[in-house]
Amino acid sequence: MTALLSVQGLSVSFSTYGRTVEVLKAVSLEVPQGAQVALVGESGSGKSVTMKVIMGLLAQPPARIHAGRIMFDGRDLLTLPERERVALRGTAMSMVFQDPMSSLNPVWTIEDQLTTILKYADRRLGRDRDRRGRRARVIEVLAQVRMRDPERVAQSFPIMLSGGMRQRVLIAMALLSEPRLLIADEPGTALDVTTQAQILKLLRDLVETQGLALLMITHNLGVVRETSNYVYVMNKGEIVEEGPTAGLFAAPRQQYTRDLIAAVPRLTGRVTS
Amino acid sequence: MEFLGFLARRLAWSLLVLFGLSVVIFVIARVVPGDPARMALGPRASAEQVADLQEKLGLNLPLYQQYARFVGGLARGELGQSLLTERSVNLDIRTTFPATLELVLATVFIAFLFGVPLGVAAARWKDRWPDNLVRAFAIVAAVMPTFFIALLLQVLAGYVLQILPTTGQLPTGTEFEANITGLLIVDALLTGDLNVAFEAMRHLLLPALALSLATMGQVARITRASMIDVSRQDYIEAARAFGVPDRVRLFKYQLRPAFVPPLTIMGLEFASLIGGAFVVELIFSWPGMAAYGIRAITQKDLNAIMGVVMVSGLFFVMVNLLIDVLVGFVDPRIRIRGRRA
Repeated sequence: MTALLSVQGLSVSFSTYGRTVEVLKAVSLEVPQGAQVALVGESGSGKSVTMKVIMGLLAQPPARIHAGRIMFDGRDLLTLPERERVALRGTAMSMVFQDPMSSLNPVWTIEDQLTTILKYADRRLGRDRDRRGRRARVIEVLAQVRMRDPERVAQSFPIMLSGGMRQRVLIAMALLSEPRLLIADEPGTALDVTTQAQILKLLRDLVETQGLALLMITHNLGVVRETSNYVYVMNKGEIVEEGPTAGLFAAPRQQYTRDLIAAVPRLTGRVTS
Repeated sequence: MEFLGFLARRLAWSLLVLFGLSVVIFVIARVVPGDPARMALGPRASAEQVADLQEKLGLNLPLYQQYARFVGGLARGELGQSLLTERSVNLDIRTTFPATLELVLATVFIAFLFGVPLGVAAARWKDRWPDNLVRAFAIVAAVMPTFFIALLLQVLAGYVLQILPTTGQLPTGTEFEANITGLLIVDALLTGDLNVAFEAMRHLLLPALALSLATMGQVARITRASMIDVSRQDYIEAARAFGVPDRVRLFKYQLRPAFVPPLTIMGLEFASLIGGAFVVELIFSWPGMAAYGIRAITQKDLNAIMGVVMVSGLFFVMVNLLIDVLVGFVDPRIRIRGRRA
């Protein structure tokens, strides 16, 4: 199985006020086609920076990429011309944002925001779709994320929707252009546990039925078990342990991983220690 | 339906504000030293003449009765006689207010036309030279007194370059009699007199520019701060992650949510603009209400003072009502929350 996404020896540092801090130290990870992979670690471990580098959203400076390659579909994203890099973003690789309360624009309707994204994605991909076509696709995707009344939701402003509905809209946003890789940044962390469980189940179902590759970024091992079959554990900018989810939970090799497993509140209620 | 309720509530508040204003201005106008009757008649009038006029004006009545008379007149839309012009204050205001309105509207238009793009540019290139330039401009525009700007523009454009007229609303001797809205440019356009409309705009340009610079700087600063604030929101990052182009992000995703503070500021600026207008009106010989109000104050022309203040107050309240509606349109969060409240 060839990897859809392969990060190889990625090193990144931040320079501020004359100090340089190395935040990623030779990070390597792989997301095979159609696989569900998790990157887990506490706050400040470097998982968000990893995600931003992959998406091409890291501000440089202050960040600087020293070494490494990010192979996506056979091409190195770090050496790709900006134009082609931008063409991939939000299309071939897409992202589910973390906070449903702040990731939607408050002054435009859901339909307006989704069709805008679709319009420019189509343009980048050279796809021809008119207004009506875009609207139909938006409604279709809203139905895919199991929104009960997609037409009404499309006409709503974010403030009219509940947190769980907004999170579904964020997932719909990521699915608009039929991506091959979905990067999810702790979706549902801002929601209550029940809603989060529903969101994770929805995400897993979508990924499985559409054959997407998923890279789940999280600090929550409960989320890892729900969504992934392979795990990378990150600490202080390094991958400290990796392995299939079941095996890692059953027999963690590193003390850090054991601490993580012990520290995390359980989502399923099963005893793990 | 909810919208009507919102409007009704705001109108009730407006009436309350106007009532408060009427009390305050009534008291202030009367505690200021000086006898209006004596000032109107001059130092050589006899004591009987002064007493007669005082009685005619009701100045010998107790204060609360005077206030009742004033409010009664107001309710009928009757502002009384001006001692200065010896005409009804209603007529004086009707002839002077449109000129001030035209000036203030043009001022706000210019301030926004340039202030908002300046603020957007400053935010877009934060801490780079466009930003520094805009910030420097905003400070200079804020600290330069209006009269100085007015004189500077007059000298520069009127005498040195000789490209724009420096006094009045129209060239002397222009024949134009239409009075539909009272706004010269609008009336000229309505009657199809393009020549007069063009001349009126030329005459309006310098005074409006002089009056607008401070507001323009203010609008630019507020827009900049608001744009920067919004640029840090997650939804801007999200739009970037989904490949929405820079230009669309800047104007559609960023400017609209950022537009509420400058809009609100504009409503408040209207009050100071009417106040600041008198300097500009005097310098440019603009036949407006602000200049009329200042003359009334120096002469203690009670009815005229109260008339001018009440009309300004009404104007201010109405503009802010309109802005509240606009704000609700720009930002649905405000509209929807207002509905629930």
